[in-house]
Amino acid sequence: MTAAELIATAAFKSGVYSQAFPAFGVERRGAPVQAFVRFSDEKVRLRSQIYEPDYIVVQDSSLIADVDVFSGLKAGGIALVNTENGNFEGVPEGVKLITIDATSLALEILGLPITNTTLMGAFAAATGEIELESLEEALRERFSGSLAEKNIAAARRAYELVKEGGQ
Amino acid sequence: MMQIMEGSHAVAEAAKLCRPEVVSAYPITPQTHIVERLAEMVADGELDAEYLCVESELSALSVCLGSSAAGSRVYSATSSQGGLMLMAEVVFNVAGMRQPIVMSIANRALGAPLSIWNDQQDSISLRDAGWFHLYGEDVQEMTDQHFIAYKAAEQHDVLLPGFVCFDGFILSHTYEPVDIPTQEEIDAFLPPYVPYNKLDAKAPISMGMYAPPPDYYMEFRHETDQALQRAGAAISAAGKEFGEMFGRDYSGHTESYRMDDADVAFVALGSLCGTVKDAIDEMRADGIKAGLVKIRTFRPFPATEIARALAGVPKVAVLEKNISLGSAMKGAVGPEVKDAVTGTGIDVYSYVLGLGGRDIRKKDIRAIAALAEKGVGNTFYGLRTEVL
Repeated sequence: MTAAELIATAAFKSGVYSQAFPAFGVERRGAPVQAFVRFSDEKVRLRSQIYEPDYIVVQDSSLIADVDVFSGLKAGGIALVNTENGNFEGVPEGVKLITIDATSLALEILGLPITNTTLMGAFAAATGEIELESLEEALRERFSGSLAEKNIAAARRAYELVKEGGQ
Repeated sequence: MMQIMEGSHAVAEAAKLCRPEVVSAYPITPQTHIVERLAEMVADGELDAEYLCVESELSALSVCLGSSAAGSRVYSATSSQGGLMLMAEVVFNVAGMRQPIVMSIANRALGAPLSIWNDQQDSISLRDAGWFHLYGEDVQEMTDQHFIAYKAAEQHDVLLPGFVCFDGFILSHTYEPVDIPTQEEIDAFLPPYVPYNKLDAKAPISMGMYAPPPDYYMEFRHETDQALQRAGAAISAAGKEFGEMFGRDYSGHTESYRMDDADVAFVALGSLCGTVKDAIDEMRADGIKAGLVKIRTFRPFPATEIARALAGVPKVAVLEKNISLGSAMKGAVGPEVKDAVTGTGIDVYSYVLGLGGRDIRKKDIRAIAALAEKGVGNTFYGLRTEVL
């Protein structure tokens, strides 16, 4: 949910209307969780979950074995997957797959395996939907001091990696 | 200033801007973020209020009742059975003792079976308690309704409490842009609370006395009902004044969307209205003349306004995130809508949907319009018949 919230915040700061909301399964840490984001030039009124996304971000590729995470992804859509080894199946035809080892990046830069901000940087680069500057602004609002700077560094690094064509 | 914020945090900001002197609440999903944020505000000195931690919701609202009786502006927030239902005894007493407490309800299903997810069974189940009920469609509306609620509640010809209801998770946990007024602006809109009377050791009075059977009880109930009817005008006046100051008008207890020449009208409360509006746009593009009457004020029930809004529409589909178990129409709102248009020949049907967090999509709204056209209603919509 933090990633969805940050993407929506960055999108709002890029000048569009945005909406982010969660769909928790059970209330415990580590359980699979979905969160949804919509952007639009107009006010977003729709409240249903998203069944046919343009983009899917998978924070943990181990989910792919258990959950059809790519369900409904439109042809021409982008799947951004956090993975160490890229060892998974099921990406639909016509979908652009982008992989990034966000966990290692987060461990290296933040010292924690929390991938929200790295994946946001990767998302910005992969989709062009949010500006890196807006993302940094959103991160400065959410975190303070050195934590903000570290998260910005993580987002930037991921942004650059994806811009360079992944890894 | 427009900013992007979680619904719960916007509600906490709204509550703070109303300058409550006492806040007492007990955390419950999905209301928790509201009271966590308020506790932080008090601890940080951002909000000058007594924040009373208690061991249950029954105590929370009891603290609120006593504090309000002592003349303070009071705020609380709750949800569902462990929350609002546990408060129920006090909920009725607050209205009977005419205390203008405002309480946010992050709407959630009632057990059993246990569900932390959204429907509107909790607040709808307390529709007869003497509080006015406001329902918000989006984070902006539910935020603004707090200012209007205090203003209306504290009018001396009203002096009744109010619920500000919004769908749990769907609105409480959504981040979206919202314009939060400044303290100066709200101070100009909402003056300090002036109690009509209060508990005072130097001039003692009693509240909530024993009413011997034949003499006063019915008159008290009558007067409470009269006051709740007057709350309608106070809500409307406050909503109009708010509109003049902030550009967002809430003078209507209902809002009509694309109702001109509608063949089928939906009636709904809360966040579902956004999805319905999008569905209506698609249906209209396909030549299906659909419209929406959104209910903002459910108590007092705006029967006249609803009758006016629905005039001439052949079929009305009331979308109900509640069930009045054992009733003929199934939903609790449908019979009141039907009563409002009685004698007009308009067909009114209830559709129970979205219970316990079941997602509602545009295609569902469209399917319900088709059912209403066929005269099929007063039913659950979207049951998984394979598990029945």
